[in-house]
Amino acid sequence: MTTENSSRTSTVPETDSEEYSSVNPATDMIDCKLSRRDFVKTVGYFTGAGALGLQLISVETIVECAPLEFSASAHTVELTVNGLVHKLTMDTRVTLLDALREYLKLTGTKKGCDHGQCGACTVLVNGRRINSCLSLAVTHQGDQITTIEGLSGGEELHPLQTAFIEHDGFQCGYCTPGQICSAVALLEEARRGDASFVTPDLAHTGRVELTPEEIRERMSGNVCRCGAYPGIVQAVQTASRTL
Amino acid sequence: MNPFEYQQVDEPATAVDAISRWRGSKFLAGGTNLIDLMKNTVEQPPKLIDINHIPLRGIEQTPDGGVKLGALARNSDTANHPLIRKNYPLLSQAILSGASPQLRNMATNGGNLLQRTRCPYFMDPAFSRCNKRTPGSGCSALEGFHENHAILGASDQCIATHPSDMCVALAALEAKVRVRGPKGERIIAIGDFHRLPGTTPQIDTTLMPDELIVSIDLPPSPYGSHSHYLKIRERTSYAFALVSVAAAIDVDSGWIRGARLALGGVAHKPWRVEAAEAALAGQKLSISLFEQAASRALSGARPRRDNTYKVEMAKRAIIRALTIAGGLA
Repeated sequence: MTTENSSRTSTVPETDSEEYSSVNPATDMIDCKLSRRDFVKTVGYFTGAGALGLQLISVETIVECAPLEFSASAHTVELTVNGLVHKLTMDTRVTLLDALREYLKLTGTKKGCDHGQCGACTVLVNGRRINSCLSLAVTHQGDQITTIEGLSGGEELHPLQTAFIEHDGFQCGYCTPGQICSAVALLEEARRGDASFVTPDLAHTGRVELTPEEIRERMSGNVCRCGAYPGIVQAVQTASRTL
Repeated sequence: MNPFEYQQVDEPATAVDAISRWRGSKFLAGGTNLIDLMKNTVEQPPKLIDINHIPLRGIEQTPDGGVKLGALARNSDTANHPLIRKNYPLLSQAILSGASPQLRNMATNGGNLLQRTRCPYFMDPAFSRCNKRTPGSGCSALEGFHENHAILGASDQCIATHPSDMCVALAALEAKVRVRGPKGERIIAIGDFHRLPGTTPQIDTTLMPDELIVSIDLPPSPYGSHSHYLKIRERTSYAFALVSVAAAIDVDSGWIRGARLALGGVAHKPWRVEAAEAALAGQKLSISLFEQAASRALSGARPRRDNTYKVEMAKRAIIRALTIAGGLA
């Protein structure tokens, strides 16, 4: 195992270590006081989720192979997330997704593919759904960002959260925060009459009737590997009738 | 991702000045393609110039009856603008057929023009040979898996396709791209904007490195609802086209006054087929006429081992798109 660990350390690609240093600047990594959660996240950066459990790298090893490099590329931004303003100084490379998860510890928003293909990282920016993994945090000064943590009113769930529970709109739950944020925006888009590729008549500009076909097309940016799609479609349709 | 400097600008002149000073720097708009490519080091700009605060998001009618699309208007806002849905439904359809709602909310009109190919050998630096990524290194796709590569206009240096749906509609609608450089503005016809690969596949467009797209200008359209964007893909939604067709017909009592036809997924650029358009003009609407036009559109096709299917698929897609656009479906 020791041999494996050291070989792993030496073969970590440069890009990976840079990615790592860009997401965890001046907090846990500096003094090596990693919580177990941070440790698991850190290992995840190097191995990918699929290899978790096989790679028991020591904390010392990780610090050694993750040089912090800051200088010209740091930038300060005020992020307004769920109504609270956070002033952060970050490497310019930090995505909004990583800022939410690693700086603000809002881990409800999930990292799936990290390439804008799966939708797990979907959040609302000024009410519009976007992929936070493809958006640099420094570009969001002054924006109103809403994450899954900001949807409920205290103990009162958002109607879409209730609908997902009611219709079993998930199995493992990993894609669910992205699905729900996406669906929240979907309902607003349909209410104001935005068309989709399956909308039969583009000239009709009123509120869109959310048929299962419309919902499937409009939710196509959110992948669910458990295949909970029937429940997701039902949940969105139910919520569309109550909201 | 490599480190980069970051600067926000709020007017076109400042943007052009900034990019002229930093060799290799890039404008950042929606970022959906650029950030993705930076993550795997295909793109390595030393500086990003954030142009999102430049007021170029408007969509407005022009005095000649056309429409000016701001370069920074989002794809979703463009597709859903009342002027576009009413006068250019072909463009709305094309935009809405691409990507996902999240990506269309981020992606800009200017950025859509500058999308880079999704050829897997270009996207992944693990493949060492790619003339588009590393000029002179060779092309892995020539002998590799090229089932989704070009059948028209390719070269022995590059057989990649242009990934955009929006641009296929813009080609059929004869859009003009208004750009600003250090010496002022110029206008590039959409047909001249994207390049064929030739011996320099690393250059996608005729936009100069220090030029900023400010708008996409649409001329008045006589096609209205006699148009259709047909996209053939391997799943129902959220996939790039194997073949797509933008068809627009100016119809008068069953006769074709003029037609526009462009294909996606078949070439290094949106592939407008003027020979097929000429075959349609002045004729009476009929399926057999569409079959002739389709044959003519694909007469120059040079498929490779894995993508011969695209020739027949493109012909049938053209016939289908024209049939729907002409109201014969």
